[in-house]
Amino acid sequence: MDENESIFNSGVLTDELPGAIRPPQDLWEGKKSGLVVVECPQRIPCNPCATSCPTGAICAFSDINDTPRIDYKKCTGCAICVAVCPGLACFVVDLTFNEDYALYKIPYEMLPLPSKGDTVTCLGRTGEALASGIVETVVEPKHDRTYVIHVSAPKKLANDIRAIKVGG
Amino acid sequence: MTDISTDILVVGGGPAGLSAASEAASYGARVLIVESDLQLGGQLVKQTHKFFGSRDEYAGTRGYKIADILLSEIKENEQNVKVMINTTVTGYYSEDRTFTAMSGEESYMCIRAQRAIVAAGASERLIPFPNNDLPGVYGAGAVQTLMNVYGVVPGKRVLMVGAGNIGLIVSYQLMQAGVEVAAVVEAMPKIGGYWVHAAKIRRLGVPILLRHSIKEAVGERVVEGAVIMELDDKFAPTGQELRMDCDVICMAVGLSPTTEILSQAGCRMKYVPELCGLVAERDRAMRTSNPDFWSAGDATGIEEASAAMVEGRIAGLCAADSLGLPVKMTKLDEYWTRLDHLRAGEVGSKIRAGIDKVYRDKWEVRLDG
Repeated sequence: MDENESIFNSGVLTDELPGAIRPPQDLWEGKKSGLVVVECPQRIPCNPCATSCPTGAICAFSDINDTPRIDYKKCTGCAICVAVCPGLACFVVDLTFNEDYALYKIPYEMLPLPSKGDTVTCLGRTGEALASGIVETVVEPKHDRTYVIHVSAPKKLANDIRAIKVGG
Repeated sequence: MTDISTDILVVGGGPAGLSAASEAASYGARVLIVESDLQLGGQLVKQTHKFFGSRDEYAGTRGYKIADILLSEIKENEQNVKVMINTTVTGYYSEDRTFTAMSGEESYMCIRAQRAIVAAGASERLIPFPNNDLPGVYGAGAVQTLMNVYGVVPGKRVLMVGAGNIGLIVSYQLMQAGVEVAAVVEAMPKIGGYWVHAAKIRRLGVPILLRHSIKEAVGERVVEGAVIMELDDKFAPTGQELRMDCDVICMAVGLSPTTEILSQAGCRMKYVPELCGLVAERDRAMRTSNPDFWSAGDATGIEEASAAMVEGRIAGLCAADSLGLPVKMTKLDEYWTRLDHLRAGEVGSKIRAGIDKVYRDKWEVRLDG
């Protein structure tokens, strides 16, 4: 077993896989409100992302064990899937926020809850601190204690920032 | 000694038992649910995470909310349902089809039931290691009960043993409660639970050490740390060891089906490793070789609560049917379609292989009936 495989086997994405494909770069860069980034590479019986997507951008599953397939042209970056996914495996990254910063829409179920304007630490897939981010919005789309935190942080980390830590 | 009689006795008020009771009661069966805990809901009441599955199994809803949904469903037929909490079914006497039960610690009773659905769930496995009797060594179920039922944190820094779904989910819940998770150790070369559950805690900085296990707990009077060891391909220690500071060692190393009552009722049992222990042979109705007994949920093999709820529906439906009640038997196909979908993926392949070993199209010899 090579190094990458054992890292993947511990729950860290190391490469693109079905269910964990990056959005097409050209569409992504121009898309206001951003595009969904799904990191769900294992076939498990779960489909709320597809059944809750209001635009059909997350294609309907033929088998509940399918990994998500995305029709990026239909994605509006609404982040309903971010709030709904039981595995917290959906994110939205909006590359149009400004020249150097992207807006990351990240699911959050920890305490304390940050407020608009707070500085938070943006984390990568192994919890490594990558950058500071500013909380732009805090929403609770489904009123079920899964919050979606909109954080502005360096655009060049679009493929790396996947969590936030509040405080520090 | 009190005597109680009912059409259907449901042993266990967790996701499978509540679903079975609700289904049977909706067709007019008189149902008695006997639950050993102080409240109904089983493990659902401790599940603060959102469930997987599809809408039919309440996907996206947190476990404790699913318990509320099942309880309100039962309330719709409350004239048909009796509940006894803090009561344990202790035995079955086939000669007069009588169960004995103990309520609290003093009060005993006889329950006469025409049919029984055993949905008694599972018990936690523990692994032996030196000093595992120190205060601070817990099963994952106890940690969940402390935190999510009673609002008490078990400690400050936890070593989690086992990266199945329970180990991964409880690690996440510990972090939500403000408890640090030092690491998750897993003897296998791959996490056993859903990959996304692992990703959730990895990105918050928790290491998952594959091919590692606990060697011993360290501490004078309470847990002060643990020594973990690396394992090779054959699960033998490589000699690489690491001492970690922690005040809690939480074991999430698997569950075993609770099936004593089924054994006592003479149901044909089989040890099936894929289903994690001794389980009853069953047919499409979830009926056992004893025609008065059905089984559902973890008692039939360790699986997710989403499958347990569907199995409960099947058992409730078919037990009501066996009483001659006017049930919608077309539901049976619908429930099996749902189960087949839940078990269709790679994760379900172990379950499918296990069920193949205990599934019977028909019974050659019935005890009677």
